[in-house]
Amino acid sequence: MMVRVLFLIAMCLAPAWAAAQSGPLRIEITEGVIEPLPVAIPDLVPEGGAAGDWGQRIARVVAEDLTGTGLFREIPSSAFISQVSDFAAPVQYADWKAINAQALVAGAVSVNGNQISVKFRLYDVFSGAELGDGLQLAGTTDAWRRIAHKMADVVYSRITGETGYFDSRVVFVSETGPKDDRRKRLAIMDYDGANIQYLTGSEAIVLAPRFSSTGDRVLYTSYETGFPRIYVLDVGSVQRRVLESQPGTMSFAPRFAPNGQTVVYSLTQGANTDIWSMDVNSGQSQRLTSTPAIETAPSFSPDGTQIVFESDRSGTQQLYVMPSGGGEARRISFGEGRYGTPVWSPRGDLIAFTKQSKGRFHIGVMRTDGSEERLLTASFLDEGPTWAPNGRVIMFSRETQGAAGRSTLYSVDITGRNLRPVRTPDGGSDPSWGPLQN
Amino acid sequence: MKLRTSMLMLCAALGVAACTNPARLGGAGAGNDPFANGATGGVVPGSASDPASPAYFQQAVGDRVLFAVDQSTLTPEGRATLDGQAVWLLQNADFTAVIEGHADEQGTREYNLALGARRADAARAYLVSQGVQPGRLQVVSYGKERPIEVCSEEACYAKNRRAVTVLAGGLTG
Repeated sequence: MMVRVLFLIAMCLAPAWAAAQSGPLRIEITEGVIEPLPVAIPDLVPEGGAAGDWGQRIARVVAEDLTGTGLFREIPSSAFISQVSDFAAPVQYADWKAINAQALVAGAVSVNGNQISVKFRLYDVFSGAELGDGLQLAGTTDAWRRIAHKMADVVYSRITGETGYFDSRVVFVSETGPKDDRRKRLAIMDYDGANIQYLTGSEAIVLAPRFSSTGDRVLYTSYETGFPRIYVLDVGSVQRRVLESQPGTMSFAPRFAPNGQTVVYSLTQGANTDIWSMDVNSGQSQRLTSTPAIETAPSFSPDGTQIVFESDRSGTQQLYVMPSGGGEARRISFGEGRYGTPVWSPRGDLIAFTKQSKGRFHIGVMRTDGSEERLLTASFLDEGPTWAPNGRVIMFSRETQGAAGRSTLYSVDITGRNLRPVRTPDGGSDPSWGPLQN
Repeated sequence: MKLRTSMLMLCAALGVAACTNPARLGGAGAGNDPFANGATGGVVPGSASDPASPAYFQQAVGDRVLFAVDQSTLTPEGRATLDGQAVWLLQNADFTAVIEGHADEQGTREYNLALGARRADAARAYLVSQGVQPGRLQVVSYGKERPIEVCSEEACYAKNRRAVTVLAGGLTG
């Protein structure tokens, strides 16, 4: 349906000036940034063709991406002493230094028909040098936001040393209507809420979609048949099919293995809910847990060897890790309260979870052995964390209290800072953050 | 809503096949029938005053049982309600039922789905223990997706933690 045709050519431009020394321009995300880095992002210079206001639109998206991380502060254009009116002209470092811009993102844009091409350079103002090489990106105009996100990813990556996450998408449940008549449908959007597209209607309840590791497919639970069953949806064609299930059972909480071939999920027979795995093509299934407890919310380690899940086998919801083929599970959560919805970080180093304690809900992270637990949020009802592709930011659902209660999406970084709402047209829940796009 | 309609139609077909079952013709023999007090001449078929009607089941017998926080153990009140449901289901053998398990909003979504299933299954198992044929009962959990009360207080939560026996099928004429 909405397969956006996009060719991004990343082409190195020759260094603008003298070779950059390895400058001091650097944000260490883990160090806990107190003061955001001031950056100037002038509108891209129109160069040939019908560049119109594309330069401004692209610069705005780049600025929103960067400032949205909480790591950057944009210097308003009204403060600029010199303007970038010629991409090839030397940068007046003194002018940018005078307004305390530590980084400068300067670019040019040209448009021909539905083709758009962008060049840009990142300058370390205080070192008086370019940071990395200039790059050129090209694609179709309808993919202009992706071009902007890719620019921002490069800037973020060069300054933080981390991979970016702006050119990524999120699948989630879009919600409308009051609490006792809530309508839910699957939706997919850019990470910042732009380009929303609905993947299902709202006739049947849909829950907890999850991307495959390449972002080509989405698993979710739907009540289309009147009973919860697992569906796999191809994002490109929006075609879906139901996965095999045994009559008289409920299946839900599906997640892909990193190989995209195996699906783990919960199967309820009678009162008992266990974790099973299934080959998505053959439908062959295998039981991975076998206690009488509720076992659900599985999540693979990025190397595919282990699964973290929740179980109330100890009496309350707690987190456990087991080999991906099943077998002995090791409990990793020992704090006060209940732990659910564990999600393994794409970096492999942390597990995000929902914690309930003393009537409050929290999103938290812990190391994969359960140590160094850290709560990032607190509210009446936070749940369902999902990781940005670089493992530095978490998105989740927050539901407000009371009869008018409404669920919306938020993001927070793993240091617990920069809590902010994600813009969606209606309510939202159960986000799943997809990979960085190619 | 659409789903429920189609399920009703499916089960109605089953119900017609079973309509010769004499149990239904026996009427409501249970002594605790609040509508059994004379006045049978005023019974409007299908209304709550018709002891063989789903409306009667829902209102007079009681279609739901409630649970304590994070529990799926039946309370004494719950068992008494299910006793009444079992009697009714045995007398109205052409009905099938879907038992819907629900949770309040305090809990994560997927856990609550599994918790709702425990509740629905507790009700199912009790009805079976009272002689209702297992094949007539299906269970489904909605977790916290279908609250009937919307406040975020125990008064509402208590009503949302429920297993509801929803009748399907039955005679149409």
